[in-house]
Amino acid sequence: MIITRGLTKTYGRLAAVDGVDLEVREGDRYGLLGPNGSGKTTLLRMLLGLVFATRGEIEVLGLPVPRRVRDALPQIGALVEGPGAYPHLSGRTNLRLLDAAGPGGTRRDRATRIDEALERVGLAGIDRRPVRAYSLGMRQRLGLAAALLRRPRLLVLDEPTNGLDPRGIREIRDLLTELNTEGTTVFLSSHLLGEIEAFCTRVGVMDRGRLVLQDDLAELREPTGRVLVTGPQPDRVVSLLDGRVEDRDGDRLTVRHDDPAALNAQLVGAGIPVSEFTAERRTLEQVVLAATTGSADRVEAR
Amino acid sequence: MIRVELAKMFRRPRTYVIAGLLCALPLVVAIFLATTRIPPPPGQGGAFLSAVLSNGALYPAAAMALVMPIFLPVSVAVLAGDAVAGEASAGTLRYLLVRPVGRTRLLIAKLVSLVVFVLFAIGSVLVTSLVAGLTLFGGEPSAGVALPADVTSLSGVTISPAGLVLRLLGTVAYIVVSMIGVASIALLLSTFTDSALGAAMGALAVLVTSQVLVTLDAAAAVRPYLPTRYWLSWIDFFRDPVLWRDIERGAGIQLVFLVVLLGAAWANFMTRDVSN
Repeated sequence: MIITRGLTKTYGRLAAVDGVDLEVREGDRYGLLGPNGSGKTTLLRMLLGLVFATRGEIEVLGLPVPRRVRDALPQIGALVEGPGAYPHLSGRTNLRLLDAAGPGGTRRDRATRIDEALERVGLAGIDRRPVRAYSLGMRQRLGLAAALLRRPRLLVLDEPTNGLDPRGIREIRDLLTELNTEGTTVFLSSHLLGEIEAFCTRVGVMDRGRLVLQDDLAELREPTGRVLVTGPQPDRVVSLLDGRVEDRDGDRLTVRHDDPAALNAQLVGAGIPVSEFTAERRTLEQVVLAATTGSADRVEAR
Repeated sequence: MIRVELAKMFRRPRTYVIAGLLCALPLVVAIFLATTRIPPPPGQGGAFLSAVLSNGALYPAAAMALVMPIFLPVSVAVLAGDAVAGEASAGTLRYLLVRPVGRTRLLIAKLVSLVVFVLFAIGSVLVTSLVAGLTLFGGEPSAGVALPADVTSLSGVTISPAGLVLRLLGTVAYIVVSMIGVASIALLLSTFTDSALGAAMGALAVLVTSQVLVTLDAAAAVRPYLPTRYWLSWIDFFRDPVLWRDIERGAGIQLVFLVVLLGAAWANFMTRDVSN
């Protein structure tokens, strides 16, 4: 769906995006992770033909960007750096004007499509109040409705849950999951680890303009080779597995073992009661911290 | 897209506020003139003002002479400066472009809606000033209008109502062309900045500089090429016979400005990063 090769954008001497080879496949739930200022938004803007690359190639939906971006855009729904709406008009009027501004879709089913999009994002009941009076969360939902208006094949969303409360975040996540199972590819960016971990199947990590990591989430969260064992008789575990226990925290033991199944059988065979038994996996946070250097918005003394 | 632009313009209260203000200025002047009956001496004050006292049907022409030098260009510059920069700072420009609306098409739609605004504003001024002129100064439009001596070289020439309408239409067309010139300056600046105020301010700076140079004899060499040099040449429509020389030159200069500035605006907008 999206392929970039050596994509670079420089502003003066600063490389905002630096040699990025992105690959988003059809049906992916791709999460682009990175601190503020790591180049996520610039990358997204280049994919949509808003910002022109200094070097490198972009292919979206099989079409070269920016040369044929106008053929690709009708199948893309986008939310870029916060929603945008005319503040003195109602949400519905805003959608109507946006819909009428571009190609595709007939006038007759415009109202139906708008109602459908509003329903999906949970704004079915909005009245004629101007967008000026909307809360941040309502504006965010309106922006999502605008992205969904054309029933796109690909969604490109920049921080889609910005300004929403926990329940709203959950609703939007469910909505995106539903769209994804219906066949929409979702490419979203976020600086929130939890959001990406909860929704995405594939993760890319940006750091200072570079894509330092890109893989399936399941691959990234590889087992660490440790097993967490909790039980009422930790001393018996320690004596059974002497030398393999790396850490002890009350009843909770961290055991070094490559094969959790064998370890489990061993404990059961020795008749040791176990209340909790987990093969430890790396958290996404550990993966990201290992891959990135420092916070982009930190300014060190020189 | 043009339809959307027009809908957006006519849904904004500011469109009507600006048109209302433009109509109010000639009304205020008319009320003062009608109550005091003190005409400006011929050759001074706004054109046609001394003539309207005897015939209110000429007041639309006087109203044009009142709004044209400052008020109308200022409002066009403000709206044109807002055209692209305003969308950018409201965050709607990026959503229009990914909708997708072609950048060329967007610029054309903006320009067309500005032309419609000028027509709407001038039309409102003409109608309100005609009504004000006839009620405050009286006059019999069907009897024809005597061209005022301070404007025409020949006094006492009477033009028919149809002739007056034709001359007013010519005036409207000429003013629209002049205002497109203003709009293209502000539109060009609007593609460079995300600040609508900055773009409007820049366009006004150009106009004020031009106005100053027009009156400066030391700048006589560049005078024929200044954008505001022929702004008031539409008054020549009210001479008998119509004096076409300045009208043609004025329209020609505006067309040159229009092509060059809009070309530059287009070239800049097509290659610009939209990062707002």
